[in-house]
Amino acid sequence: MRGALAARGAPLIVGLLVLAAWEALVRLNDMPPYILPAPSRIAATLWSDRAILLVSLAVTLKTTFAALVTAALSSLVLAILFRQSRWIERSLYPYAVILQVTPIVAIAPLILIYVEDPFAVMLVCATIVAFFPILSNTMLGLRSVDPGLEDMFRLQGAGRLQVLWLLHLPSALPHFLAGLRIAGGLALIGAVVAEFVSSTTAGGATGLAWRIIEAGQRLNVPRMFAALALIAASGIAIFALLTALSHIVLRRWHESERTG
Amino acid sequence: MSLLRIEGLGLRFPNGVTALDGVDLALEGGEFLSLLGPSGCGKSTLLRAVMGLARPDTGRIAWAGGSRPRVGVVFQDPTLMPWAGVIDNVALPLRLAGLDRAAREKAALAAIERVGLAGFERAVPRELSGGMRMRVSIARALVGDPDVLLMDEPFAALDEITRLRLDDELRALASARGTTVLFVTHSVFESVYLSSRIAVMTPRPGRIAGTLAVKRPAAGDFRATADYARQCGEVSALLGRVMAA
Ligand SMILES: Nc1ncnc2c1ncn2[C@@H]1O[C@H](COP(=O)(O)OP(=O)(O)OP(=O)(O)O)[C@@H](O)[C@H]1O
Ligand SMILES: [Mg+2]
Repeated sequence: MRGALAARGAPLIVGLLVLAAWEALVRLNDMPPYILPAPSRIAATLWSDRAILLVSLAVTLKTTFAALVTAALSSLVLAILFRQSRWIERSLYPYAVILQVTPIVAIAPLILIYVEDPFAVMLVCATIVAFFPILSNTMLGLRSVDPGLEDMFRLQGAGRLQVLWLLHLPSALPHFLAGLRIAGGLALIGAVVAEFVSSTTAGGATGLAWRIIEAGQRLNVPRMFAALALIAASGIAIFALLTALSHIVLRRWHESERTG
Repeated sequence: MSLLRIEGLGLRFPNGVTALDGVDLALEGGEFLSLLGPSGCGKSTLLRAVMGLARPDTGRIAWAGGSRPRVGVVFQDPTLMPWAGVIDNVALPLRLAGLDRAAREKAALAAIERVGLAGFERAVPRELSGGMRMRVSIARALVGDPDVLLMDEPFAALDEITRLRLDDELRALASARGTTVLFVTHSVFESVYLSSRIAVMTPRPGRIAGTLAVKRPAAGDFRATADYARQCGEVSALLGRVMAA
């Protein structure tokens, strides 16, 4: 019990110590906020600029969640198609890999040329970044089915759809959720990168990344840190949410969520 | 006419291992036939061929009436869906056959009751002991009221106490319904206790070396009788001759 509490408390204590040291450093050296703002100053900025920052946060989160859902659905469909036919897998999978290994900052300017709607640009970029871990994990899951259960289904004369729905998809669920957990963070990264790239053009980009650029141009360093803090907090929250989802769905039967 | 005739069955794996070579065996309706043989002799392969999961290279498998009757199968492992509760696992064959929920739950509950797992309908496999999981597997085999039960060393991984009890339960269940059973085991004692007939297989490539009918008393504890001990001895002796040849 004490061990568990300490394990939870330890990172919190480290964080508080670092913040305290940071605060002390700024105050003792009398550093101006445009060089390095103190944590207290960043917190104050978060509060005073909350109206602007929350609107931007909503924009970035909207892109992130839309991309995560799009990535989850499209990679699930692709993985199922691949499982149904080796030929489809062989023909399409290499392109999924190519899309994955090409840096998104290199692809984004192209997307910017061909896609008009700013939201669609963000969505496409973030989806490209997020979909691969879900695809490859789900593919692995769909292929790691207990062969004994495969035999059992075959023996009982199960149809293709029954095998997919009652055996393959449940077997792949833990892998799918693990992929989703990785993809959550990546979708956020993709959304932020897309905002950065598209900020050079006049567009509707008003997300947190755009706020960082804008504040940087005005030497409003506290606001840059405040926006950065919001992005980091969003990433942590997304990861925590997806971890909780995986725990709730799998806790009764899967080894990865065994408690105690 | 026999329920199942196996004639000249041969099976060779792609890696060149000949698992079965000239298996001749007949399964009569209503009998409890044990397949007994040393490890690796091809018992599981033979059973998989009977189930239609392995394709033999030579010979034939013929069911009375031309097509395979409804079979219930139990593998060496419980082979349960870890995400599904006991009731859904047991009801699986009915679900695949397209029965509606009410009908399959009714039948599943009855099967769960028959293997003594009433009260555990909602548990998932992880929450059960090894013996209880095996009983779930047996309930799933029984749920469709199959004409034939095919079982591959279903109790081999269990402790002695659980195994003796499951042997008793299986005998009671099979004789109550007159179900035909083809039962793979490598335990002489288990085969004599359970079976009406025992087929002994040779080491690989597997053939049937001979069959023995088991004489059992109509009532009482068969295991405690001198007849039981004598027949175990006979089967052991046959097995010994097969291994030495
Ligand atoms: N998929 C396979 N590919 C190649 N060889 C196989 C395969 N499955 C089984 N064999 C071989 O076929 C032989 C028979 O195997 P089988 O599983 O039928 O034996 P068994 O009698 O059931 O043994 P046990 O009592 O140990 O379960 C073995 O020697 C094994 O090496
Ligand atoms: Mg075997």
